[in-house]
Amino acid sequence: MTPLAITAATLTTALGAGRAATLAALQAQRSGLAPVRFENLSLSTWTGEVGGVDAVALPDGLAEFDCRNNRLAWLGLQQDGLLDAVRAARTRWGAGRVGVFLGTSTSGLLQTEHAYRRREANGALPADFHYGATQNTYSVAAFVTRALALTGPSWVVSTACSSSAKVFGVAARLIATGLIDAAVVGGVDSLCLTTLYGFNSLELLSNEICRPWDGARNGLSIGEAAAFALVERDSSAPQAWLLGVGESNDGYHMSTPHPEGAGAIAAMHAALADAGLRPADIDYINLHGTATPSNDAAEDRAVASVFGPATPCSSTKGATGHTLGAAGGVEALIAMLAIEHGLMPAGLNLQQHDTCLQMNYLCENRHAPVRRVLSNSFGFGGSNASLVFGGAE
Amino acid sequence: MTALKVWVQGIGLLGPGLASWTSAQDVLRGVQAYMSEPAVLPSPARLPPAERRRAGAAVKLALAVADEAVAQAQVDPGTLATVFTSSSGEGINCHALCETLALPAPMVSPTRFTNSVHNAAAGCWHIAVASRASSTSLCAFDGSFGAGLIEAVTSVCLSGQPMLLVASDSPYPEPLHSMRALPDHFGVALLLTPEPGAEPVAELAITLDASASAVSSCDDPSLEVLREAIPAAHALPLLSALARTRAKQRIVLDYLPHLRVQIDLA
Repeated sequence: MTPLAITAATLTTALGAGRAATLAALQAQRSGLAPVRFENLSLSTWTGEVGGVDAVALPDGLAEFDCRNNRLAWLGLQQDGLLDAVRAARTRWGAGRVGVFLGTSTSGLLQTEHAYRRREANGALPADFHYGATQNTYSVAAFVTRALALTGPSWVVSTACSSSAKVFGVAARLIATGLIDAAVVGGVDSLCLTTLYGFNSLELLSNEICRPWDGARNGLSIGEAAAFALVERDSSAPQAWLLGVGESNDGYHMSTPHPEGAGAIAAMHAALADAGLRPADIDYINLHGTATPSNDAAEDRAVASVFGPATPCSSTKGATGHTLGAAGGVEALIAMLAIEHGLMPAGLNLQQHDTCLQMNYLCENRHAPVRRVLSNSFGFGGSNASLVFGGAE
Repeated sequence: MTALKVWVQGIGLLGPGLASWTSAQDVLRGVQAYMSEPAVLPSPARLPPAERRRAGAAVKLALAVADEAVAQAQVDPGTLATVFTSSSGEGINCHALCETLALPAPMVSPTRFTNSVHNAAAGCWHIAVASRASSTSLCAFDGSFGAGLIEAVTSVCLSGQPMLLVASDSPYPEPLHSMRALPDHFGVALLLTPEPGAEPVAELAITLDASASAVSSCDDPSLEVLREAIPAAHALPLLSALARTRAKQRIVLDYLPHLRVQIDLA
């Protein structure tokens, strides 16, 4: 692909709001995870809850979109000068030439879960429930499009935990075919009961802090996040470049990865080919690394088969939690921070390295020049996406 | 803006009173009156028995129209990339989960949770046909068909590879139905290719239209009601055009409030 300029980017996770807070936490090897407080749930698990979401007020005129997911989106949009950058892009290209493509898995579903607890005597949902503006999967893209006063094409990609990696591919395709000149991409997913109880029902939730790549890892910690990037056809002062996108499907099982990572291998190869790069050109790999026994084992085999065991890699989900539909966007932003600051972030919470895993997994931060990063995102339904980012030069 | 050109090689259709693309030809051409009757979803024969038992309405609907389009185009689904687009996903599943989660100590069904993802139909299809090609699942509320069409067409034009587009919507049960009244199931699949192939149905030239062009409607008033009621049924004017004639014509489909999709058939 023709490299795409990333001219603004921001993320809000349990580590804090904005890039500086994230970088400080990564540099300190500090996790944002804590025992679950959300909704006073009886589950024994840890979560990466974003502070202050409940207090966020949506912009005037957009009250119907009010739900945790869109509050988190609005909190995220206000960081790191993103609103100004989008305004400049709108002026440069025109509002109709800027698209909005976001990933989410559960959108504003928490609003529906709450509404089901407030049903009328006849079973009806309360009249203040707005299906389209909150629960519907498109809600967050509709909200962001309105909040940013954009009129280009928009949609949500919802392929579970690969959603907000795949939106970078959407933007690249629509820019390449001339339908748009720029796009706001990213992902927003927020805590809700469906994912917490759902992953619990599959016995994929850890009852302690998640420990990617640990020999005794026993599941994930769910987080929430909003991550956004402004990508443009060209720029004289980009923050980073999107160099390649690879997408594939396992065609194997709905909730278990292919044991040899066959689909993951295909996605990584496709991303490298799209970038015109060889495996040796990648300095650091941000793993999907959920800390479920099956994901880390399959991903380790897949990454090793493409890169060999030596490439430094880590999962940052021990810091942010697994932010599901936002994970691809969050980790794209971490990839850009890694390049900008020459920081390969450590994988946190590891006590005993799994001796069955062969990759060069970083347990401590490594400071070294990082020119190019590959980031993996895999999801239910066998959906795989790999992204390659490069530095501003 | 240069139009994006693709060929339609195969079509699948299933909706109320529209049992398949093949059987709906006369209705779509306007030579037979449209008679609405509840859509009947076939059991997805392609799925392994365990997955077949678990398949909900959204999966059955999507797989039925995907199968018809692939059969008509005579392509190998095992290498086929896909775009699935839906306004809603699996409504009964969503309702059951929300009912369970309203209880004090919820016991969620792992199968229900797994199948609650928006890409459940895509995942099932790729398992059924053993395809590792790329797949995406989209939503743009009432504009979901337009979003899927744009995504599919850009991918075909850039990759030079065929693409299966599946747009489908299934109704929610009450109480969600009162908040989002989708009257019945409706699914459409288009097998799109960069080259005409052996028996192409038509060539489409697609652009985004930000002007205030009138959206194409259905001649039959009952079909027009259906078009307006279900997001995937926004494709009906295109399907009628594809069924009627191969003469040149222009179709404008609803997408977003400020954006339409213009399709020139050649």
